[in-house]
Amino acid sequence: MQTFTSNTIQSHVFTTKTYKTNTIILQLRTPLTREHITEKALLPSILERGTEHFPTRAHVQAALEDLYGASLTADVVKKGEHHVTTFRLEAANEKFLTDAEPLTERAFQLLASVLLHPNLEENAFPSTSVEEEKRSHRQQLRAVYDDKMRYANKRLAEEMCRNEAYSIPVLGYEEDLEQLSPESIYHAYTELIRSAHWDLYVVGDIEPEDVRSYVEKYMKLPAAEPADYTPDVYANAEESRVVKEAQQVQQSKLHIGYRTGTVFGEPDYFALQTANTLFGGAPHSKLFVNVREKASLAYYAASRLESHKGIMIVMAGIDESDYDQAVQIIDKQLEAVQAGDFTDEDIDQTKAVLKNQILETLDVPRGRVELEYQGVLTGHPVSAEQWMLEIDKVTKEDIVRAAGRIVKDTTYFLHGKEHESA
Amino acid sequence: MNQVTFPQLEETLYTEVLDNGLTVFLLPKEGFHKMYATFTTKYGSVDHRFVPIGDSSPVQLPDGIAHFLEHKMFEDEDGDIFQQFSKQGASANAFTSFTRTAYLFSSTSNKEINTTTLLDFVQYPYFTDETVEKEKGIIEQEIRMYEDNPDWQNFFGLLSAMYENHPVHIDIAGTAESIAEITKEHLYTAYRTFYHPANMTLFLVGSFDPEEMIELIRSNQKQKSFVPPEEPVRFQEDEPEAVRSARLEKEMPVQVGKCLVGIKEKRAGREGQEMLKRELALQTALEMLFGRSSEGYSDLFTKGLIDDSFSFDYTAENTFGFSVIGGDSEKPHILEEEILSKISSAVKDGFDKESFERIRRKKIGFFLRALNSPEYIANQFTRYHFNNMHLFDVIPVMEELTLEEVESIFRDHMDLETQAAGCLIFPEGEM
Repeated sequence: MQTFTSNTIQSHVFTTKTYKTNTIILQLRTPLTREHITEKALLPSILERGTEHFPTRAHVQAALEDLYGASLTADVVKKGEHHVTTFRLEAANEKFLTDAEPLTERAFQLLASVLLHPNLEENAFPSTSVEEEKRSHRQQLRAVYDDKMRYANKRLAEEMCRNEAYSIPVLGYEEDLEQLSPESIYHAYTELIRSAHWDLYVVGDIEPEDVRSYVEKYMKLPAAEPADYTPDVYANAEESRVVKEAQQVQQSKLHIGYRTGTVFGEPDYFALQTANTLFGGAPHSKLFVNVREKASLAYYAASRLESHKGIMIVMAGIDESDYDQAVQIIDKQLEAVQAGDFTDEDIDQTKAVLKNQILETLDVPRGRVELEYQGVLTGHPVSAEQWMLEIDKVTKEDIVRAAGRIVKDTTYFLHGKEHESA
Repeated sequence: MNQVTFPQLEETLYTEVLDNGLTVFLLPKEGFHKMYATFTTKYGSVDHRFVPIGDSSPVQLPDGIAHFLEHKMFEDEDGDIFQQFSKQGASANAFTSFTRTAYLFSSTSNKEINTTTLLDFVQYPYFTDETVEKEKGIIEQEIRMYEDNPDWQNFFGLLSAMYENHPVHIDIAGTAESIAEITKEHLYTAYRTFYHPANMTLFLVGSFDPEEMIELIRSNQKQKSFVPPEEPVRFQEDEPEAVRSARLEKEMPVQVGKCLVGIKEKRAGREGQEMLKRELALQTALEMLFGRSSEGYSDLFTKGLIDDSFSFDYTAENTFGFSVIGGDSEKPHILEEEILSKISSAVKDGFDKESFERIRRKKIGFFLRALNSPEYIANQFTRYHFNNMHLFDVIPVMEELTLEEVESIFRDHMDLETQAAGCLIFPEGEM
């Protein structure tokens, strides 16, 4: 991976012949704040609605189709208390096509057109597009309720982090939508372009010098001044709290949030990652074996880390009547990890799984970019090779020490309506 | 070992049919770290009535049997096979579809050992009354999860609106009641009939040495003995041509409604090039009509009928096939009407040449992108192979396809009088 900066954009180029496509990914990073959250959530779809050069969605899509079905996707995510707006464009490598014409430069032009030259009406986005996208976004916000696993995750974050920015849902708020205007969204757009930290990733059969010339030619940022900020990562666990909610569901969702006290970029992070995998991150983990295989309580029972926020979340889909038993088993398994109740073989197995995951991630252009970006986010770049070396160095003592800092914070339980519990 | 090179794709495919009937495909890919392997039997949820191997009269096993069998294969006397893969640094999984059951792993190390584990566990059934009973709790939770998933309910609702007798309308995992009846004897019966090597395909893709790998597979298979192969006899219910019901409506605890429109193939039984051409032609037509660049999409969006969840597809197997179009909508009834009216205008007026050329490019580009993915290659290749198609024919067939062919296939498929059905989901109290 080669890295250089031009036009205040940090470019990262990975030249490889492994893929049949070239992938361009732009990451715009700002702090996660309540202000503009809903505007930012709307921006990707509004920008795809048309540009100066391709005035309607149909024009933009037709331009992509002309690039042999290049795919353009854009979305917003939170990584800890960072807000990241991502644009990805993947185009076929022309050498695999019969009538070879250069696609990569055109792909850059198109991406730059979408991002930097939006279709405007008097210094605002066109009002019809805005109204249509607001309507569609409202529908998507409501649909979160219909996906119970996603809903439970959102509710857990809201309850557990109610005094922290992390509780802000990245899709924004339905009540904001009414007040948003074509002008206010355009204002949020200019703010984002001005204040974001820009990282450009290019993966494919392409030379860094070409990328540099495309960036200089097409991606001139107007008055960019990325602002430094430090996200809040830690919060102490409060006294452990239980929140229950009833809905018309067949399966109850048990989601438990923990504070890990360790985040990406700290020396113990790799030990924490190993501890999490041992606890609930793989099919050999304690949760899978004990909640699913031994007790037959669940089809899935797993844990995952929010690496940039010092949070671990356990998720299981269970029968309502098994709540006490499931919580008890989960508690016991975490205590077992904290007490060092696992063998050297368990550790080796966990490391093998983790290293395999990292290597597999590298086989996917997008995975490679995500992995590298973790380090850029925190100012502690870690290459895949280093990452695997660090995992190898983790000892039993390290795992016990990192796991020892994990504290249960909030238990969220979404259950059926028939037997409403108090 | 047979070797075929596809110069335009820069891919070389190795093929061999072993003495015991197992078909092996090897596709080495340079620059990748991992190898991805699938071991697939031509046995899925629609094969619920069949003549057990060595028997003469058909049996019908409880709904969800193929999926249950998939779960139970992962256990032997020593415990859980997932554990073993994990120890060997691999991640393993499996899935059951309407027509296939696939066992798979991916790994970046110990590739030979993991391949041996895959072959050995799938070729060694071990079921006891106790382990069968224990699995029921786990699968019941899997079924409950799908019962709460409104998209899944919508899709299977649509299938039961389209199909009267064909088992494709039955949920792949069965129901809590049907799986309660499953016994270890059922599992052995299904296993012996459908897991013969002659009914299975092994596909390996990614980084490995093909010569060493085929040696390992040959010698692994030589050590095992199998009864002579017999083509499984499957019984298919008589299915009327027309849909069972034009519309099905349901209430669910959702905030946003849903609408899916389905078009059922009158006649199934296609395979090979005919099937491939039909599939690509119908997918191209749907893309021209409802894709992001289409007038249809813009119109539905402007009218407030759809959002990003809107999608469409055509899929076919030997005994059934259908198109599905739709997504989330606050006005499911109106969306259904609009989808049908756009189809019927296109049947009347056809498509324009320019958008046809654009969509053709788009589909070729999509296919090239998909070839980055070992998972896509192995799963799709196997599906194509079971239907006597070849995955690497996609580009040449797409390049030869004409607008006239697309229009004629589209008109043949889209007989809205008798073949269209809708499934609509409404938030509670809005039906």
